Amino acid sequence: MNPLFPRTSFKFIGLAIGLSIFFISFAASVVLGQTPTSISTAMDAFLRYDASSTEHIVITTTRLSRAVIASVIGGGLAMAGALMQALTRNPLASPSIFGINAGALFFVVTATVLFSVSSLLHLMWIAFLGAAVAAILVFFLGSLGRDGLSPIKIVLAGAALTAFFTSFTQGLLVIDEQSLEGVLFWIGGSVAGRTLEMLEPVLPFMAGAGIGALLLGRPINILTSGEDIAKGLGQKTILIKLLTGLVIVLLAGGAVAVGGSIGFIGLIVPHIVRGLIGMDYRWIIPYCAIFGASLLLLADVGARFVIMPEEMPIGVMTAILGAPFFIYIARRGFSRE
Amino acid sequence: MSKRTTIRNRSDSISFLVENRSMFVFLVFILLSFLLFIIGLSIGSTIIHPLTVLKELIGIGNGEHAFVIETLRLPRLLLSFFAGICLGISGLILQGIVRNPLASPDIIGITGGGAVAAVVMITYFPTIDITLLPFVAIAGAGTVSFFIYTLAWKKGVTPIRLVLIGIGVQALTGSFITMLMVLSPSYSTSEAYIWLTGSVYGANWGNVLSMLPWMIVFVPLAFLFSRKVNVQELGDDVAASLGSHVQRTRFGLIAISIALAGAAVAFAGGIGFVGLIAPHIARRLVGRSFGSLVPVSALAGGIIVMLADIVARTAFLPLDLPAGVFVSGMGAPFFIYLLYKTRNS
Repeated sequence: MNPLFPRTSFKFIGLAIGLSIFFISFAASVVLGQTPTSISTAMDAFLRYDASSTEHIVITTTRLSRAVIASVIGGGLAMAGALMQALTRNPLASPSIFGINAGALFFVVTATVLFSVSSLLHLMWIAFLGAAVAAILVFFLGSLGRDGLSPIKIVLAGAALTAFFTSFTQGLLVIDEQSLEGVLFWIGGSVAGRTLEMLEPVLPFMAGAGIGALLLGRPINILTSGEDIAKGLGQKTILIKLLTGLVIVLLAGGAVAVGGSIGFIGLIVPHIVRGLIGMDYRWIIPYCAIFGASLLLLADVGARFVIMPEEMPIGVMTAILGAPFFIYIARRGFSRE
Repeated sequence: MSKRTTIRNRSDSISFLVENRSMFVFLVFILLSFLLFIIGLSIGSTIIHPLTVLKELIGIGNGEHAFVIETLRLPRLLLSFFAGICLGISGLILQGIVRNPLASPDIIGITGGGAVAAVVMITYFPTIDITLLPFVAIAGAGTVSFFIYTLAWKKGVTPIRLVLIGIGVQALTGSFITMLMVLSPSYSTSEAYIWLTGSVYGANWGNVLSMLPWMIVFVPLAFLFSRKVNVQELGDDVAASLGSHVQRTRFGLIAISIALAGAAVAFAGGIGFVGLIAPHIARRLVGRSFGSLVPVSALAGGIIVMLADIVARTAFLPLDLPAGVFVSGMGAPFFIYLLYKTRNS
């Protein structure tokens, strides 16, 4: 398959187009919703804030933080997905398929039900931990054996871990029905109802990991040409793999800690991006960040309108978008490897 | 070579090769199930002496505990036993077709289909008679499986594609369930949640009787098809050259598997991992011949669910927990062990 933008100059143009799509989505996310506002009102809200205007309050308190959070999560998930697909050589790799979301959720529910943790900030750290544990487990289980990481093995390991974590989560929630209401939004995934302060603790990690991901583009290009070749070229493959793994955990863990279980962004976006620009990870990573953020912003805007006046959980939105895509890739098979 | 007994009808259209060792395992499992029955009938919030239970069962008791035994405990035990049998066979067939020891109806999306249908009914149509729930769940499982099968079809169905697409569909059904629960009033949310986890709570004779036809039809069918699974396990090419209609047989086997899993989901909710574990226990005990695997796997499944439910309703009295939690508790570590075991295959 030939990429849409084969030449470097085109890739810069593509990046510019991507950025403008991102800004439009961001603006849409700030402006549209149950209280419709206009672009000029939004501008006013930032430049000439009027505390008596409901629209201004809505925009500066809920809409803006929501858009920022959606961008960070979307970009993080997409980058994590791209790195996972590169590392496992598996086109189906993504945080949700590999059980990372389910792991984070299980930890959150355990903390709420058994240890009565209720501070959202603490829960976020716990989710982070759960994501890391699940990621390590999946990579470990998927790479057992002589032939190392095989695509089918790691998908099965992910599905199994998801089933495992989910059933325990359900069990705990049955024991304590009151908690069910409190954690439902983790289960469904949400970028609403969170302030920017909640993003602060994880932001340094995610930003660091994002920069790390950008820097890893070049070594990953070498790694994807084959382990032996990479070693022959003098690459410390183990170190690169470990660093990539760390970056994945930070990005995916941070995303699930803030937004709950939002699936499939990490699956779809890298495929779209590869279709646009080919296999060069130096470009794939920044493209993924921008397109992932845009996609999640748009999904979030969509989630506000599908079943007005209620809001669709965003994790459900992305699953509805993403699962058909997963099935499409599964049908096409692993032939591109 | 171990001693074998051959069972076949006059025209040879039905034929089983039963190893005597398998026969022994089978009898031990029957005995175990019976013991569990007695234990299950005697313990609970009122503890009844096993002898009294026995007397009551054969009709010479004084009727003192008739209500507890016959109305409360017996149908519940039978239902969990039946559900386990169905899941055990369903998982066995799936693992045979997919040729992967990690397949089971809950991992590849069949259970999810039934669950979506049931949750829709619980949350949006609470007025509909609850006895219709099984049919709704089976219809849901059937529809979703049909989708999985159609989507996996590309000049035939390959096992790997079936599993992958099943996992994708499972994710989709999972998110639908989440959506329904987030959007529904909290009362029905928790009710739906209990059902999802898998519970035989409140089983009655009506449930048992409506489950019975599914058992009577599909369990023997699974027996009859067992030879074909042996052939399928050899691989598509070998099976075809042995004269087996690979795709047609596979369709038939999957249909049986769905019907059994659907029935189990319908009556006992989303009990996971049984379809995964039971076949492995069976294989460990009686080897790879499908004819003897079917009954042993069935009984293993039945015993697992019965045991889980007995523990679930007695361990934390007066709490009556869903059996599914305990099955997962046993099943999940087992699964990880399996992943470790099959690491080189």
